[in-house]
Amino acid sequence: MSSKTLLYIVKRILLALFTIWVVITITFFVMHAVPGGPFVGEKATTPAVQAAMEAKYGLDKPLMEQYGTYLRDIVTKFDFGPSLKQRGRMVIDIISDGLKTSAKLGVIAACISAVVGIVLGAVAALQRNKLIDRVVMVLTTAFVSMPSFIMGSLLLVLFAIKLRVLPANGATPAGLVLPIITLALYPAAYITRLTRSSMLDVLGQDYIRTARAKGVSGRHIIFGHALKNSLIPVLTYFGPMLAYIVTGSLVVERIFAVPGIGRAFVSSITNRDYPMIMGTTIILAALIVIMNLITDILYKVVDPRITLE
Amino acid sequence: MTKNPLSLQVDLDAFLPASEEDKAYMVQMRESSTFFRDGVKRLHKNKVAFISFIVIVFITLASILVPMFWPYSYETQLGVSPGKPVDSSYNNLSPFEYGRTEQAKIEAGEKVFPHVFGTDAAGRDYFIRVVYGTRVSLAVGFFASIIVLVLGTLIGSIAGYCGGRVDMILMRIVDVIYSLPDMLMVILLATVLKVKLTPVIEGTALQSIGSNIISLFVVFAILYWVSMARLIRGQILSLREQEYVLSAQATGAKGRWIIRKHLIPNCISVVIISAALQIPSAIFTESYLSFLGLGVNAPMPSLGSLASDALNGLTSYPYRLVIPAVVISLIVLGLNLFGDGLRDAFDPKLNG
Repeated sequence: MSSKTLLYIVKRILLALFTIWVVITITFFVMHAVPGGPFVGEKATTPAVQAAMEAKYGLDKPLMEQYGTYLRDIVTKFDFGPSLKQRGRMVIDIISDGLKTSAKLGVIAACISAVVGIVLGAVAALQRNKLIDRVVMVLTTAFVSMPSFIMGSLLLVLFAIKLRVLPANGATPAGLVLPIITLALYPAAYITRLTRSSMLDVLGQDYIRTARAKGVSGRHIIFGHALKNSLIPVLTYFGPMLAYIVTGSLVVERIFAVPGIGRAFVSSITNRDYPMIMGTTIILAALIVIMNLITDILYKVVDPRITLE
Repeated sequence: MTKNPLSLQVDLDAFLPASEEDKAYMVQMRESSTFFRDGVKRLHKNKVAFISFIVIVFITLASILVPMFWPYSYETQLGVSPGKPVDSSYNNLSPFEYGRTEQAKIEAGEKVFPHVFGTDAAGRDYFIRVVYGTRVSLAVGFFASIIVLVLGTLIGSIAGYCGGRVDMILMRIVDVIYSLPDMLMVILLATVLKVKLTPVIEGTALQSIGSNIISLFVVFAILYWVSMARLIRGQILSLREQEYVLSAQATGAKGRWIIRKHLIPNCISVVIISAALQIPSAIFTESYLSFLGLGVNAPMPSLGSLASDALNGLTSYPYRLVIPAVVISLIVLGLNLFGDGLRDAFDPKLNG
């Protein structure tokens, strides 16, 4: 690894840290711009009770001081404060509880979509303009255009209500099948298209022709030369894919009642649990930023042809 | 008099001056074609894009025209009439069923307009709600992409023209906004703006649009201009350096001519295409937010909120989910395919 690559990596890490700080700052000030504070609208609160509650949660202090405390707690203790609606629980505990389920869902969905997408994409590229290719392209175009909540709801109607082969409730292991399929369909379709076009690109390169001319077998060309190189662009999609899976899980967990972080986030929005909204936004955002960072670095390291800015 | 075939006499007819007809026959030039006409021709040949265009036009026209003659409105609860108890026979009608008073009218020989998709849980005609929801979704997508277009063009061209420090600062801001996870920020801003805007717009003309839609536009204005700005800046930077611009300058073309003849035609296609592709993404975002309860304000429907409402009665009335789902997929698919077709037709450089 050259010093130029190292410099790029350091720069990229700094940008990622800066982005996370921006997210924390935006989240904090935007949430505190809500008029009336989080306790307005709750039943049976007298002004005295309200003042006591605000003192307890530190909301009576000047805004900048609250911001300082919030930032310090996150950096030093990874502490996002207590939840306002689930009394007595810390935001970070609720999040880590939900993340266990959601991570399982997300990782399985990501693996499935990577495998299915790469295989289908390679097959479509090798069978270019034949029936399989056409079918794959039409299907993936349709899947890419369908919002995840619609895909999820349609799968729910079809498999859980009409055919009754899979449970609609995501709280059981069998119930996770439908949410995983829902989450995996879009990235799988996207990866298929990506692999197909990059495979076609690679197959047209000079070194493939050279290998053919030297009499290398078709199988060896595909697995030894073409596939590996055509996967590089696919690698760049892993950051965006994680972002998609995170936002997609918000609605998918709502549709299938999966007890994950997405459902916790959505319900914290509806019942205005401000520390919970802030904590979840920050953690999910940081996750996406870090994943994009890893993708970017990996991309530059794997493909030395990429010029570093 | 017939000519002697062996005669060496020259045929004088061959030396007559050519008639206008003969001259026209010799001209090899066709009518000159403009950039725009070429593009339209290419677009016409692309069947997929053409069909998508027809589908989009059909859906748009239907969403505008149908409410004009449809006898029901999207907010009227058919079972509720002033001074009478609520007639619950109107709630949750299946397609082509009628409420109690309507049944009586039919038996009396009157004609009653059918509820093509039945009614929803509050007794509102579902067909007109879907039509109206389509209109709302399309309008949101259209205006949001115009906001993005205007802001992105403005900031992108400022950065491209000024260069130097202005460019650097603007592009660093773009970098940071670009790396923010957009959906999460949209949800956050929409949550807060919803609370903050409601009292501000009360009593003004904006109230009828609803705080959620306005906050959606604000969110789009804040977050989604960045990719457009990047695109425009890049275009301007590269176009300024092109040889044909230099050659036009060398042959004495004035700045205005260069802008009109070279810069705008080369830039506008890219701008319009990315604006067209912005519409489905805005519709997508709106339906997503509506699904999470952050979209349009009730009783106004949008395709996302209709799908979201349908989840509650899913076991008994799955068609109520399927209908808006199909419409939304048709719109997004149609706009995407048409946008791709536009790009192929008007931006030959991208074809590679």
